Parts: sequence; C-alpha cells; structure tokens
Amino acid sequence: MNPPVATPFFFYLLSATVLIGGVLVITRKNAVHCALALITALLAQAGLYLMLYAPFVAGVQIILYAGGIMVLFLFVIMLISIERSQKERQFNKQWLIGIAVAAALGGLLIAVYTKGKSLFPEGHLTYAEAGNTQGIADLLYGQYSGTYMFAFEIASLLLLVAIIGAVVMAKKRI
Amino acid sequence: MHDIVVYIQSYLDPNVKLTPGAAGNWFWATVYILLVFVGLSIAVIAMNWLERKILAHMQVRLGPMRVGPHGLLQPIADALKLLLKEDIMPAEADKLVFWVAPFIVVLAAFTVFVVVPFGPTHAITDMNIGVLFMLGVSSLAVLGIVTAGWASNSHYPLIGALRSSAQMVSYEVAMGLAVVSVILMTSLHGIGLYGVGGPSVADTGTLSMIGIVQAQLEQQEWFIFKFFPLGLIGFFIFAVAMVAETNRAPFDLPEAESELTAGFHTEYSGFRWSLFFLAEYSAMIAVSSIAVTLWLGGWLRPFPNALAGTGWDFFFSLFPGITFLFLGGLCFFSASRMPKHAFFRTQTIGLAGFGATLALIGVVLFFPGVRERVGDIFWFSAKVAAFMYLYIWYRGTFPRYRFDQLMRVGWKVLLPTGFALLILTALLGFVEPPVAAWLRGVL
Repeated sequence: MNPPVATPFFFYLLSATVLIGGVLVITRKNAVHCALALITALLAQAGLYLMLYAPFVAGVQIILYAGGIMVLFLFVIMLISIERSQKERQFNKQWLIGIAVAAALGGLLIAVYTKGKSLFPEGHLTYAEAGNTQGIADLLYGQYSGTYMFAFEIASLLLLVAIIGAVVMAKKRI
Repeated sequence: MHDIVVYIQSYLDPNVKLTPGAAGNWFWATVYILLVFVGLSIAVIAMNWLERKILAHMQVRLGPMRVGPHGLLQPIADALKLLLKEDIMPAEADKLVFWVAPFIVVLAAFTVFVVVPFGPTHAITDMNIGVLFMLGVSSLAVLGIVTAGWASNSHYPLIGALRSSAQMVSYEVAMGLAVVSVILMTSLHGIGLYGVGGPSVADTGTLSMIGIVQAQLEQQEWFIFKFFPLGLIGFFIFAVAMVAETNRAPFDLPEAESELTAGFHTEYSGFRWSLFFLAEYSAMIAVSSIAVTLWLGGWLRPFPNALAGTGWDFFFSLFPGITFLFLGGLCFFSASRMPKHAFFRTQTIGLAGFGATLALIGVVLFFPGVRERVGDIFWFSAKVAAFMYLYIWYRGTFPRYRFDQLMRVGWKVLLPTGFALLILTALLGFVEPPVAAWLRGVL
C-alpha cells in the first residue's frame, strides 16, 4: 500500500545533486557561489544518509556542516573582496598530473564497481530507522557493545587541540 | 476509486494512533501539510495585527484604526500593497543569490513544522530525530539571511548579515545545551531530587517531539518543573536564546532600524520582502513551539494526571469553545460601542459579522466529536500564543542591547550556565534514593 520512499529515483536525484554541487564548487569563480554549491551538496548528502536509514547522522550533518561550519565559511568569504578573487587565476596548469590522478581514481572506481561484491563482505542494516539514535549511542557508550568510545573521545580531543591552537595563534598575549 | 476511499478511511480508524507521516498515509499527510500551512499563514496575519495593536496600547496609542473596524483589515491591506509594489533589485546585486535568499529563509522556516506536535496524532510526521531536525533546519535560515545581506551588495545589509550570523551561531550553542538537558530528562525517570515516582534507573531517552511530550506525561510533570530549579534554568536559557535566534527585540541588532535602516533586508522590497516577514514570524512560532514541546508539556492540558477522569476531561474540553465565544462576545461588545454615525455603519456590521463568525466557530467546537479532537491542538496553540505575546511584550519594554553586551550574555553567561546545567542534570538523575532524601532534608 505504501511505496517505500527510499527508491532508486531519490538516490539518483540526490547523488546527481551532490555531484553537480561538487563540480560547481570547483568551477565557480565567485567564492560565495562556491560555498552555496557546497551547502547544496552537503544537504543532498544528508538526504543520502536518510536513505540509508541513518536519520541521526543526517541531522548532525545538517546541524554541523550546513548550519554551522558553512555559516562560518560564508562569514569569512563575505569579507573578502570579490573583485580581486575574480581576477586571480582559478586553475593552475598542472594538467598532466591532473589527468594521471583522475585516471588512477577512475580506474579505482571501475575496479570497485566491477569487483565490489567480492572485495567487501555483504552487510545488513543493523538498526532500523526507529532506533538509529539509540543504536549510535549504544555503539559509542554501551556497556558491552561500546567499542568506539575511545576513537570518539580521541577525535574530540583532536578538535579541542585545534581550537586551542587557533586561539594561541590568533592571540599574541593570552 | 473504491481503493482510494478505503485508503483515505484507513487512517480515520480510531485504532490508528499514529501521525499520518508515521502511518505512511500520503493523503492525510498532504491534508495536514495544507492545514499547517494555512494555519500558519493565518497566525502570521493575526500576529501582525496583534503586534501593532498591543505595542500601540503599551505606548498609549491606538494603533491601526482606519482599515476595517479597529484596523482588523490592515494586514490584508498591507499584504495587497506588498504584492502590488515594484520589485526592485539593486543594479550591482548578485542576481541569483539575491533571488534565492528569501526562498532559503522561507523554506527553512516552514519545513520545521513537519515535526511540530500539535497533538499525539496531530503532527505531519514523527521523526526519531525530531528535535535535531527542528534545530538543524531552523539553523539553515541563517544561511538565507547571510546570503541576502551579501547579495544586496550594500553596506547596511552586509553589516546586518554579519551581526545576524554571529549572533545566531553564538546563541545556537547555548540553546543546544538547554535542549540536551531536556533530552537527558526524558531518560531520567529517577527519583532524583524532586522527581515523582518511577524507578531510579535511567531508561532510553528520545529525541522525537511526540516522545518528549509523552515522557512528560509519563513522569507526571512538565520538564520546566523537573529537578527544580534545573528545568527552570534550562527553560530560561532557551527563552533568552530563542529571542536572539529570531532576531527580535531586545536582540534585534541585525535589523536595528536606528543604525542599519532594516539590516539584511534593506534592499528588498515588495513580495520578496514579505517573504522575509513571513519567515521571521513563522520562525518565531517554530521556536516557541519547540519551547512549549520541550518544557511546557506540549499538547497536554493543565494537570492531566492530578485532575484526571471523565468529568475533568469534559471540563477542560470546553475551553476551546469558550475561548472563541469570548472572542466573539468581545467583537459584539466593541460593535455596540462603535460611534452611531452613518459613516461607521459598514464597520459596525463588519465587526458584528466577524464576531458572529468567531461565535459560530465556538459553537462548533462544543460538538462532542469536534471537542474531543481539537483539545490538544487548542492547548498547544494557547501555549504558543502566550510566547507570542511575550515576544511583543519584550519589544515594548526592553531597550536594545549593544553588540558587545549581546556577545557577553551569549558566551559568558548563557554558555557556562548551560554547561553547568547539563552536568547537574546528569548528576541529579542518578542520585540514589537515600541521598536524595538526605539532600531534600538539607535543602
């Protein structure tokens, strides 16, 4: 009776949005347009997370990246004079290396696409949509299943170091 | 055809205790979306009129009096004016971004209402990440504001946009901490310090808006009173931060008219400007409904546990009808006091007609079938309306903050208080019963 929302149509739509957004980020000259394209790509990515039945990750993606980090990005970019950045050369001339890297990555993509089934073990969705948040908390802090707590805390420590570093570098006298 | 009717009726089955989105019913989800959209538009129109009237009366003025009786048609006249006005785009503006910015703001402001719970089943859908969704999507509005200010390519809008983004990002942190303390409370059924009943073990909490209200029903107290005074402090932090989030007085620096003309929307006119207006007011309603859901028991009527029983249920279910009858009576009273000159005849008849319409709605709300269904929507709206009145009240009373004062309040007062609140909430939730008894004795 109720067709599932996570249809291939939406997958292709969101993926296309991500790809187009990503390409626009590189090709647009105006930095603010780049940032807006990046936001579009990030939002579409949140949609992809939703399709994977990971609403919590999608919500965090929207809050942190689209709502938090990108706002600060825009905040800084807005103050840069556009006229100067418009005149600057956008691409450097390293096209030989560029082609080599693109070919290598393309080869990797094709290899993964063709041999994907044998390379990666087949996984199943462990957590349904209803318990996704609780599932993540369980993986992080659960009494028996909390295997990722150490990595999580170390990552947060890394962020703290970055914050303190920024303060130390920005302020001469603390 | 028959299938469609069956599909539509399947949701009306009294056994279905789900929101249309959660039940996956496309038809009713669409109906609910339209209802919320229409209701929101009416609320914004009403709010526009009320704000001018209440502010005027606070300042011993009359406010709009000319268009319609007591200026009741003023918002409609304004909307018509805005639609007919020339739509100006500055020559040096970034065309695309200037065009897209109002839509970002409006989309963010309206999308939030997908998860607002007007009742246990009266929400478009219920998400596992309800609160996160609301905070995330409403934080996208700042993108629209920033881009609007930048795209105008003008000084005042740019300064307004910068102020706005700095302000919204700062207060979002404190707001988030207050929200997290509530989410902790949903899991802490414990005796705690002042908790009522329940085992003193932490359960799994919830982020779903409907789940949060149901947790308040189960724990038999609104979260504003839980772990007194912690719930109250959290509510206070949120109440301050939400005014700053919506750029309203006394935190309306981004659009401070005496300094920046109109801030980020200085260069906007006509329809585009009205989109900003619409978004601002619906964002105010949205954050108020978050506050109501998280701290004030959402759709729950007063004392659902202490005054339980069919008699009390009947008593409280009369309130929606009485409210509308009262409003209708007020209109009739005003109509009787209108000047008896022939010039005012149309206005008097119009006001009486408006009163009759309100009274008719009130009578309809007394019918048993309607009465039982609208109770939760009424209580939710009444609580949100109280917040809307507070917004106007703030604007009428508080002088505007200076920007450094604003930042100091955000980072040096609200944020540390929020951290302390979070830690204390977590601690109090796990206090063992004997310790709790001892603490109660000491305090």
